Amino acid sequence: MATEFTANELMICQAARQLRDDEVVFVGIGLPNIACNLARRLHAPDLVLIYESGAVGAAPTRLPISIGDPSLVTDSLSVCSMFDVFNYYLQGGLVDVGFLQGAQIDRFGNLNTTVIGDYAHPKVRLPGSGGACEIALLAKRVFVIAPQRKRSFPERVDFVTSPARPAMVVTDLGCYEFVDGEIVLMSIHPGCTIEQARENTGWEVAIADDLRLTEPPTADELRVIRDMMI
Amino acid sequence: MSKLMTMKEAIGRFVRDGDTIVIEGFTHLICFAAGHEIIRQRRRELTVCRLTPDLIYDQLIGAGCVRRLVFSWAGNPGAGPLHALRRAVEQGVPNSIELEEYSHFGMVARLAAGAAKLPFYPLRDYKGSDLPRVNPQIKTVTCPFTGEELAAVPALNPDTAIIHVQRADENGNAHVWGLMGVQKEAAFASRHTIVVAEEIVPESVIRADPNRTLIPGLIVDAVVHEPFGCHPSYAQGYYDRDNAFYIAWRELSQDVANFNAYLDEWVYGVRDRGEYVERMGSALTRLKASERYCEPVNYGY
Repeated sequence: MATEFTANELMICQAARQLRDDEVVFVGIGLPNIACNLARRLHAPDLVLIYESGAVGAAPTRLPISIGDPSLVTDSLSVCSMFDVFNYYLQGGLVDVGFLQGAQIDRFGNLNTTVIGDYAHPKVRLPGSGGACEIALLAKRVFVIAPQRKRSFPERVDFVTSPARPAMVVTDLGCYEFVDGEIVLMSIHPGCTIEQARENTGWEVAIADDLRLTEPPTADELRVIRDMMI
Repeated sequence: MSKLMTMKEAIGRFVRDGDTIVIEGFTHLICFAAGHEIIRQRRRELTVCRLTPDLIYDQLIGAGCVRRLVFSWAGNPGAGPLHALRRAVEQGVPNSIELEEYSHFGMVARLAAGAAKLPFYPLRDYKGSDLPRVNPQIKTVTCPFTGEELAAVPALNPDTAIIHVQRADENGNAHVWGLMGVQKEAAFASRHTIVVAEEIVPESVIRADPNRTLIPGLIVDAVVHEPFGCHPSYAQGYYDRDNAFYIAWRELSQDVANFNAYLDEWVYGVRDRGEYVERMGSALTRLKASERYCEPVNYGY
């Protein structure tokens, strides 16, 4: 299949493929949102999407720009308070997968969405945790989607907002998993090189012995993604 | 006795200099009309609490109303950072502010404790995070039954909560549908509650569907009728979120002069929300919600 695709489209597909039917997923805005809705429309029609705003079993017909979009309410299975979302659904152990993003992710899986630099005198003030800290601690599996640059992949993050141990990290260069508590490159995307992955990591990154080539998006996946993006 | 009053009167009576206030609503039902009136009345030294400060607190901070911000996620949702907040934090413009930050679950738990008049709330959170290191209010507690160590956050009991709703009667019994965020907890936790409604309805409309009452009138001090009071936020079934405004704010708020020009035109330059709505004209009416009614239920016995 020689169809052209973007790095974002490949990241969305990789994330979507990890989601199983009947799972409960805590959805973030942006790429994770597209990945979850892609999975729901292809191989996981019974995937239950929960948004931290309180929409449970959401079935949005437009791409929500914010996590509290009204389209998440219309046709959802339930709308509950945020007290219920965090206490009963997340802390109650009902969430199989949580998606996280971060300005920085480190060798050990910690994510930073709080500050670059010192907390009291930051170089850049970021938004903060939102629900990320508790998603990292309370979802059964955590997936991270993040573009990979040397400064966003340091050996240690400036601030641990979310002490995550992700089941998978997908970047625009490859897919990573954690082996013995350390991030390992498991597959490299078509058109990317191991050298690029090394150059864009803040330490000597471990590479799997059986490093694979990431499966490119199928025509079906691309059609559904592009339908949603319109 | 009717609690109906104007926004000017409600803010004048229940938001004082130095108060701790909460204007809640998670993306949905954020009462910009109340925020603008606080700016017009030039309140100062406020402690403002919200999970997501959003544009409304960015405006309060840039207008010089705020001394301290208590929050869990500070950004312009889907459109980048809050520039007035950053100017206050990074450069002390127009004044420096203190930050007290939690995660969403921590803020929800603080308001739940406040609503229940408990001193704190326990939660499984923060283990391994740097948040407790920079916020000493996040502590741990040992369960007296299992010995498990849990995180604990203190109750939050604001002076005044401002809650926007779709409809209320003149005593403040309020129907809400769509996303409910932490409005119920915020109202029960606060000493005073101002309910702001898209529509004022007879008590019989409330009584006909009591399961939809999120806020009971018995904790409400003031009721304000303010159609389009959330714009650019939204009210499910009434009008959509003005996403274009949120995106435009990213550019507009980057520059202090543009920020101040916005306040001059749309906050100081109007008498009240009614004049704002009139001047916005078709920019608001084009956001009118489509119709999606549900099946009625039978409350009979």
